[in-house]
Amino acid sequence: MPEEAPRARVNLPDRAWALGQGVLGGGVLVVGALILLELWRVAAPALQKVGLWHFITGTTWDPVRDLYGALPFIYGTVVTSVLGLLIALPVSLGLALFLTEMSPPRFRTAISFPISLLAGIPSVVYGLWGLFVLVPILRHKVEPFLSATLGFLPFFRGAEIGLGYLAAGVILAIMILPTITSISIEVLMTVPGPLREAALALGATRWEAIRIAVLPHARAGILGATILGLGRALGETMAVTMVIGNSLNISLSLFAPGYSLPAIIANEFAEASGVLHTGALAALGLILFIVTLLLNILARLLVRMSRRGPARVTA
Amino acid sequence: MKTLARRKFWNGFMTGLCALGLVAAVAPLASLLWLVISRGISSLNWDFFTQLPTPVSEPGGGVANAIGGTLYIVGIACVLGVPIGVGAGVFLAERGDGKAGEAIRFMAEVLSGVPSIVVGIVAYGLVVLPMRRFSALAGGVGLAVLMIPPLARSTEELVRLVPRTLREASLALGVPEWRTSLRVVIRTALPGILTAILLGVARAAGETAPLLFTSLNNQFWNWRADRPTASLTVQIFNYAVSPFEEWHRQAWGAALVLLLLVGTLSAAARFLARSRVGARR
Repeated sequence: MPEEAPRARVNLPDRAWALGQGVLGGGVLVVGALILLELWRVAAPALQKVGLWHFITGTTWDPVRDLYGALPFIYGTVVTSVLGLLIALPVSLGLALFLTEMSPPRFRTAISFPISLLAGIPSVVYGLWGLFVLVPILRHKVEPFLSATLGFLPFFRGAEIGLGYLAAGVILAIMILPTITSISIEVLMTVPGPLREAALALGATRWEAIRIAVLPHARAGILGATILGLGRALGETMAVTMVIGNSLNISLSLFAPGYSLPAIIANEFAEASGVLHTGALAALGLILFIVTLLLNILARLLVRMSRRGPARVTA
Repeated sequence: MKTLARRKFWNGFMTGLCALGLVAAVAPLASLLWLVISRGISSLNWDFFTQLPTPVSEPGGGVANAIGGTLYIVGIACVLGVPIGVGAGVFLAERGDGKAGEAIRFMAEVLSGVPSIVVGIVAYGLVVLPMRRFSALAGGVGLAVLMIPPLARSTEELVRLVPRTLREASLALGVPEWRTSLRVVIRTALPGILTAILLGVARAAGETAPLLFTSLNNQFWNWRADRPTASLTVQIFNYAVSPFEEWHRQAWGAALVLLLLVGTLSAAARFLARSRVGARR
């Protein structure tokens, strides 16, 4: 009789451990699937009744008559986010360049702490500050100044009430600044030193070295950081809800009060009357979810692309 | 051809602009911290921490139930979210090199960017609709969903930092894999994982949007998981958007308490992380 190969001992605890890990790991996938499924389940009645196209392009939002059009919210979200980005991008890029290229490393570690602090402040506290500090400043100082100097543009006309697209844009800029800055710093630090040194050795000034050697190398990563910031801005709820004015209109003027996708959900969801109203609000959430998901995927790919190479940073 | 003077001017000019970025970034932070502290401190007193909110007409009162409620809801979130987050992270570090690992890692990365208000709707559909009432549990589920992805990612990194040789030494001594994992690898990474959990808790405690229509609010104490529960953040929001001067004062006070809570948690996390580095050397 041929000798039997020794049977591998079935190690029950090890198997249980592996299984347990697998189940918990799968939990993340389940969470992802649940988000999509639940959003769809709650949103479906309204989307089926109104139709996706009418929902997105409709301008009337009247739960009493069961009319649901999402355009004012989509418009407000886009305007405030883009405005926030326009303000935040130059500031955070400048800050990131200053900290990585122009100041001693000790300074960077000293400054990165308050910046991370900025990221940890709850958004409702930003909202509180925005409502009682930023809005009065905008109403009494900034908006009169803008309408006096740039009033010939349609963006800077109308009643100066403080609450509105401009306030939301500014508060968003402050909130996404740490995100863009910290990722940009990370990306800039992966730019190889010899690139810089080569430019400097050829006689470039420090700014020229940055423009010629550093920025082109970091372009994809900075774009990724920007898109991540945009994703955060689109979904930001509390601070925007508190300063945007919560008014159902679409206006070119940045001084005008408006509304955003997260703001309407925050204001109406708890008291939504009936399946259709709840569903319409969830459908707004679904739009928000899909857009931020796509932006996130794009941004991660970009940041990953620019990180490739010998100097890989863990993050 | 640009002259040298011109090039030097541009260099200085752009350097100045970049330094201006520093001012622009730090100014709002300084203003915010200063105002929360200076305005908040005047409403802090013993009653603020021990009393229930009072109606508008009565001065005084506190946010004791909101502080308790925040801790309660975050506690529920930890019970639900920490095992999944840490477990998924360990899975990714130890067995995550295959396709399943890739998928989970990607999902965790992408889910960290989901707006918290969207997560609120999910918790509403999962818990509030079937139970037919707003509840602390629903709020906890929402916060747990937010905690899981970042926790999974940082746990993976921390477990991967544990030297291979440590694991191999344990296995070579005949310790079974599961015990090696638990008693050697995870044990070594534990201070880091605790740091990650604390940071997650700090972030969860500051969330408002997922609580607005899940745990709702409550003017009284509540320790039942199936009842609406107050939270500091929702209370700040309600006070801030109210038209009453007295409530605005309360909002600043509550904001200061929230910042202290979040700040303490983050500081504890930092301290833990630092002591871990010290211990390794």
